[in-house]
Amino acid sequence: MTTRFKKEVLDTPAWWQDLDRYIDEQKNNNPGHVQSALIPVLHYVQDRYGYVPEKAVNHVAQSLGVPTVYIWGVASFYSYFSLTPKGLYTIRVCAGTACYVQGSQAVMNEFIRRLEIQPGQTTEDGLFTLEEARCLGACGQAPVVMVNDRVHAKVRPEQVPDIVAEYTALAHASAEAQA
Amino acid sequence: MSSATQTLEKLVSQASPSVAGEVEKPQVLVGIATCALAAGARDAMDAAKAALNGNDGVTLGQVGCVGCCSVEPLMEVRKPGEPPRLYVNVDAGRAAEIIRRDVMGGQPIPEWQIEAIEGLGTPAKGAATGAQDSEVIDRFTRDWRRLDYFSRQTRICLRNVGRVDPENIDDYLTVGGYAALAKCLGELSPQEVIDIIKAAGLRGRGGAGFPTGLKWQFTHNAPGETKYVVCNADEGDPGAFMDRSTLEGDPHSVVEALAICAYAIGAKRGFVYVRAEYPLAVQRLKLAIQQAEERGLLGDNILGTDHCFHLEIRLGAGAFVCGEETALMASIEGKRGMPRPRPPFPATSGLWGKPTNINNVETLANVPAIILLGADWYSSIGTEKSKGTKVFALAGNVVNTGLIEVPMGATLREVVFDIGGGIPGGRGFKAAQIGGPSGGCLPSQYLDTPTDYESLQAAGAIMGSGGLIVMDDTVCMVDIAKFFLTFTQDESCGKCTPCREGTKRMLEVLQRITAGSGEALDLERLRRLGAVAQRAALCGLGQTAPNPVLSTLRQFPDEYEAHIQEKRCPTAVCEALVHYFIVEDKCIGCGLCKRVCPVHCISGEARQPHVIGDDACVRCGACYERCPVDAIVRQ
Repeated sequence: MTTRFKKEVLDTPAWWQDLDRYIDEQKNNNPGHVQSALIPVLHYVQDRYGYVPEKAVNHVAQSLGVPTVYIWGVASFYSYFSLTPKGLYTIRVCAGTACYVQGSQAVMNEFIRRLEIQPGQTTEDGLFTLEEARCLGACGQAPVVMVNDRVHAKVRPEQVPDIVAEYTALAHASAEAQA
Repeated sequence: MSSATQTLEKLVSQASPSVAGEVEKPQVLVGIATCALAAGARDAMDAAKAALNGNDGVTLGQVGCVGCCSVEPLMEVRKPGEPPRLYVNVDAGRAAEIIRRDVMGGQPIPEWQIEAIEGLGTPAKGAATGAQDSEVIDRFTRDWRRLDYFSRQTRICLRNVGRVDPENIDDYLTVGGYAALAKCLGELSPQEVIDIIKAAGLRGRGGAGFPTGLKWQFTHNAPGETKYVVCNADEGDPGAFMDRSTLEGDPHSVVEALAICAYAIGAKRGFVYVRAEYPLAVQRLKLAIQQAEERGLLGDNILGTDHCFHLEIRLGAGAFVCGEETALMASIEGKRGMPRPRPPFPATSGLWGKPTNINNVETLANVPAIILLGADWYSSIGTEKSKGTKVFALAGNVVNTGLIEVPMGATLREVVFDIGGGIPGGRGFKAAQIGGPSGGCLPSQYLDTPTDYESLQAAGAIMGSGGLIVMDDTVCMVDIAKFFLTFTQDESCGKCTPCREGTKRMLEVLQRITAGSGEALDLERLRRLGAVAQRAALCGLGQTAPNPVLSTLRQFPDEYEAHIQEKRCPTAVCEALVHYFIVEDKCIGCGLCKRVCPVHCISGEARQPHVIGDDACVRCGACYERCPVDAIVRQ
């Protein structure tokens, strides 16, 4: 049986109260320019929820008094915002120029082969999301791969299995600890 | 002495810096920045901490990245009365050893120090063109001047990076931080501040090189009570990390500059628009703003004067086009980041229609130094039209990857070979890509081009933000052009047709050429489409998107011809144009290639030379990888 890995989603009344508090704070910071609070609020949602879900969009639209369609327009314009749930670990293979000339494409191909998903997709078990990143600014360590907040330096295709194994083990360990 | 300066002096006298200032007891500094963390700096820090085991006779601290990315993690040991020692490639094991042998045991380990690395630590052979001595610069480099890598640099923007703990405002105060702000508030009128910046000849480091003083003047002159200052830290160029490093290593220099700019133009509110992809920079900037507010260096009545200035951080959300100033402002306003036509320029109608001054991180980081040391000092550095220094992010196929700052006008050769150490693996230099997706590729005949705004433009590249990617002879220029266009095409916001459609059509042509179905007319199509986008696109993104294509087309026409006429990729990069064949004399007939071939296009009897059927070959390279005797050639 394949394990389903899910991020812990704090879908509780307290969570929504916190969101409201943050929205109010942002509204007060931007008197006369309520709309200006939108992108900070979307960041807040994504940071804590893992992605921007439909119910959050509806909620934010109500609170800010901005049409829902407008929020979808903004959220879908910016590639940083994800409108679908992501895996437990997001693997971002840098495709900046320095990484590209140092062979990041081969690293990406190896992840595609190993995980059997294309960039932008999430593995069946919900463990990994694969993404192509714009420059991560660690060009001196090219090619780099970022897994959640951790940056792996000078990655060669042959290291890909180890990276996948490392995080798979980590996920199983924490799943067991929870159970 | 003005009351502002007096207030500041009181802050300085009460400061308790983590690492800056005179070395009174042994210090161990670990470079903690995104690049260093990637290389394992956290392990080094943890190991050092464990090895020190709570010894309070030694200070363990963090600094930003001094720029030697190729040999990170870095650890510096400083002891009273001794020259500092910079250790390189410090993993956990080395960190513990350095603490035990050098810090505690008084036995430095020369073989792990930067001096042992050829090209970084060899004795200085003289500084780069126009390098200047000064108190500020000297304070940074005096101990390291003997090192080639640093002696050729002039660090103004990066003056404090590596010398201060970026998370402690007291470090910045100890090295003269906020003195420029106090000077402005206490002794200079807003117009006098603007005059200094004008006289210094500072130009925008974001790429276009517009005179900063003039920009400030326009915003200052614009009518209206409400004005804004914005710092553009949306460093989106792939291959550029100058702004990240500055914000991670010395965030207060930018905060101070913004407060100065706000005073000069009459703004009370400001924003730093920074990439969400830079979590450490955001975190340190947040802390810097908070600490500056606590000390009365931001907020109401700064340093006891009437000047009020509130600074906020706004995170980008992964849209490259938001580096364009009008798109950036749209994003702060909570809209899709799309540019609008100029004029009106932001100086007259910017954020919410109010006069707004936008400067890039590096531009701002220069400001406090200029105010303190004067316009004459600053304008003596650099060339006639390009004053001061430029920070370059040196990456790609170069030995010493990292961050360097050189006087404007230093030649590409000095940057790539003297400081960068040349090309690794004994390969040949092919081109320097400068200016990112808006820039161009300069081949070897341009190595003596001075790096100033005008010379680079004349050579067919642009200064850009400072990303400098060195390419060796294994890089295919058509593929690189396709790489950049894929990027700009994907990042095009879609508002104007020349950019939205033009980049798409150009990309299709390049895809065709690299797939082996290019036509003779394609080159002309690329030139024509490029020219239209350059002239007719709405913003800088579209206007400069054709540059990587047009510059490679101009500098490397033979490579394009080979792809189109001969259906051959000279560097064997473009998969579809690569051919595999078996050298008969070398083949031992083991049959391994035959077994791994997914399309069964390899034939041959056991212990007899094998043959690859080129028509059926899918160019997967499996046989090439598998061959135990390297009998398979790829070209």
